[in-house]
Amino acid sequence: MNVALWTQIFGIVAALCPAILLLLLGFRLLINRPMSELIVGRCLKAAVGMSLVSSLVVLVIMLATGSRREFIDFGDMVAIHDVHFHFHMKFVFDRLSVPMVLLSLVLCGTVGTFGLSYLHRDAGFQRFFVCFAMFLTGMTFASLAGTIETLFLGWELVGLSSALLVAYFHERSAPVTNGLRVWSVYRLADAAFLAAAIALHHQTGGGDFGILMGDEPWPAGTASLSSGTAFLVGTFLLIAAAGKSGLVPFSGWLPRAMEGPTPSSAIFYGALSVHLGAFLLLRASPILDQSTLLCAMIVILGFVSAVFAALAGRVQTDIKSALAFASLTQVSIIVVEIGLGLQYLALVHLIGHACMRSLQLLRAPTLLRDYKTMENAIGESLDHELPRVLAWLGVSTQRKLYRAAMERGYMDSILDEVVVGPFLRLFSIFNCWEQSWTRWLNGSEKPSLSTPLPQGSKLNDE
Amino acid sequence: MNELHFPWLELCILFPALAALWIGRIRDESQSHSAGLAAAGTTLFLTIAGWIDFETLFSFEAHDHWDVVKYLIGRDEFVIDKLNAPLLPLTALLYFLTMLATPRVKLGKFSFGLALLSLSSTLAVLSCKETWLLIALIGINSIPMYVDLRSRQKPTRVFIFHIGLSTLLMIAGAALYQSSATDAGRGAGIVLLVVAVLIRSGCSPLHCWIADLFENAAFGNALLFITPLVGAYATMRLVLPIAPDWALRSIAILSLATAFYASCMTVIQVDSRRFFCFLFLSHSALVLVGLETATPIGLTGALCVWFSVSLSLTGLGLTLRCVEARTGPMALNRYHGMYSHMPHLAGFFLLTGLSAIGFPCTIGFTGTELLIEAALEFSPWVGGVVVLSTALNSIAILRVYFRIFTGTTHHSTIPLGTIPSERIAIMTFSILLIGAGLWPQPGVHSRYDAAIELLDHRDVTKQPAVEPAN
Repeated sequence: MNVALWTQIFGIVAALCPAILLLLLGFRLLINRPMSELIVGRCLKAAVGMSLVSSLVVLVIMLATGSRREFIDFGDMVAIHDVHFHFHMKFVFDRLSVPMVLLSLVLCGTVGTFGLSYLHRDAGFQRFFVCFAMFLTGMTFASLAGTIETLFLGWELVGLSSALLVAYFHERSAPVTNGLRVWSVYRLADAAFLAAAIALHHQTGGGDFGILMGDEPWPAGTASLSSGTAFLVGTFLLIAAAGKSGLVPFSGWLPRAMEGPTPSSAIFYGALSVHLGAFLLLRASPILDQSTLLCAMIVILGFVSAVFAALAGRVQTDIKSALAFASLTQVSIIVVEIGLGLQYLALVHLIGHACMRSLQLLRAPTLLRDYKTMENAIGESLDHELPRVLAWLGVSTQRKLYRAAMERGYMDSILDEVVVGPFLRLFSIFNCWEQSWTRWLNGSEKPSLSTPLPQGSKLNDE
Repeated sequence: MNELHFPWLELCILFPALAALWIGRIRDESQSHSAGLAAAGTTLFLTIAGWIDFETLFSFEAHDHWDVVKYLIGRDEFVIDKLNAPLLPLTALLYFLTMLATPRVKLGKFSFGLALLSLSSTLAVLSCKETWLLIALIGINSIPMYVDLRSRQKPTRVFIFHIGLSTLLMIAGAALYQSSATDAGRGAGIVLLVVAVLIRSGCSPLHCWIADLFENAAFGNALLFITPLVGAYATMRLVLPIAPDWALRSIAILSLATAFYASCMTVIQVDSRRFFCFLFLSHSALVLVGLETATPIGLTGALCVWFSVSLSLTGLGLTLRCVEARTGPMALNRYHGMYSHMPHLAGFFLLTGLSAIGFPCTIGFTGTELLIEAALEFSPWVGGVVVLSTALNSIAILRVYFRIFTGTTHHSTIPLGTIPSERIAIMTFSILLIGAGLWPQPGVHSRYDAAIELLDHRDVTKQPAVEPAN
């Protein structure tokens, strides 16, 4: 067998192992025949291990042959050739996807193994690992995506698994409320992504990155789009990325996402999921390069998000929220780097940050204990110095900033008051009118089961 | 016209009707359940056989062998074509699975005889292309639902008003269109037909009858009355072939407004049945949006979404029905925490809900993609509203999932888990929803062929209507 064939075989194994794991765990749960914890652990390790080894083999082959880009083409999942519609499943191994998939697999393997012990005999063990497998599949597909359709597929899987894992402790209402909030933001981001994907299809007749970004491998390609189209598509992609990575004004969901178990917090919001928006921008960087205005928007958004996250992170009272905002600060800086056209720097920053933040989040529970021990030993609290920049500000300004940071930039409350509240009130009124109209037509005064929502401003008002 | 090898169509219409008469005489609920299941299963077999037979003919249209109806009235009234060939087994399957998943506690409230009569009339509607017979059958199709409401001593005025108005408008519209010699007269006829099918499809603001139906009728009967999308079928057969572009555009805009309005209403509902009703309205309106784009891609998308909506929302409705059978009506303004008692139903609720909104790897994905692409081609604003409606629906689905299955711990002294028949229904739905999502090409190809034939038929049918004016 020749080298190309081996590349294809290992590429397919790398891409499909997580999907097989998801099908296996999901099917067993669906037929109410869950596997034992031991078997789940073995399956997880086998899937991640095989995928990781296969990805490494592809990397070695590429290094040995000097190839900078290898395609694994699964063909059209759906195709209507007469109207030029197709859903093309294609994976690509290049300088962006290989580091990202290796990072995903290494972190998922590590955190998955950690989770096997962490959730031992937990009632939601099976549910956790089905969501985990969905996340792993989503990350692998998104990392290796060679078409925008494949990337969207992975993107959606990551979104669903994230929302479900935020609501993992679903016997309480708070995680569930937060899960719904995360899902709502993700769906808006998904809508923007879908709009971008379809706009690309319209403009170029397909979503193949190889065609969209020119013949040169990432990041050297040049997008075959006009500046105006690039701006339109890029803006949609930026909204999608901002939603997924929790940039301003979508930052409200990030600390809420910490309601999930530590392993999922570590992998989703510290390491991988939160970087997926930045990854999308990196993948689409040849499109972004076509519009200076778009790049400027990216830099500004990243800068504003970084300042906000740095301030908000300093006043958090729990370690996971503080780490979440620390993550956001770094992700925002990565976005700035992407906007400035420093793709390699952004990629290295992304990988380094993901690894460090995973470690910090996994270490968080024991770190608190260590702090307590240290404080007990020295007999007083550890010092927390005010940053020099903030110390220059007056007390009044400091207080205002503190308040704003505590309220997380008032973003959630503004959203609730300006958008969600009026929306709920308006449609509750319509609901009342409809019911009155139906009762009148029926000639009955019997009260209906349905009653309007109270004058609240949240989807979760009791 | 080509001929099937056996009178499958007449058999699949006649058999459930005869079985209904027999089952109506059975007093014992369990026996009635078993007999109903056997009859629905046999009907499902007949429809599948008819579909397979039709596929072997490689034809656009075929009629029954030994066609009794043709012998009696001299015309081929019941035909199978690329549009309805898969819709017939789909409808029979929905009835079969609904009957299968009927819990024992519901046996007294769910009439299997009425359900079989409804199955027979729905299959007759879906097999019919001829205008007058189709209108008559659509009217007849509402009778079992009316009987159900009457037998439960529930108000029927809203139902009668809307269905009656819709049927009268269909009759008036068809009569005016066929008898008029002028463009204006034909135009008026088309307007009446358009209004009629919009009422039957539950287009806003004349959609209240569907919400009323779900509040008053047996959940299973209401579900089976609306999920085969008879209104969309009437649009395909009565309006699409003759309607000028302005009429289609009007339907598309009204349907789009309905889709958006219903998706907004879905988010605020505090009653599970009204939630389901608006979710259905939003999705069925999206089907009409696609149908009225009258482009190959839009029509294909609409036909695919038709399939996914019927399957997914019937599955979702059955889940709600199973939960209701155990707990009573569900108020969505508080958490119920049912997950630990019924993880199967929780998972299935999520699967059907995600499938309905077009989540990747489920049956709804490709259809939704096609629909959005066609809508964007129609107008970027239309595309945007479709995407927004889908996003709102997905938020509503997860909200309701959380409300019913999570948020607290439900304490029960009796087991609330699923029974084997429910598990079989769930597995069948799941396999279809995921299977068609992972391997969508055959389904999409079949719907594309149907769309092309329908558009060709529309061009041919419109031709004579234009000629006299010239």
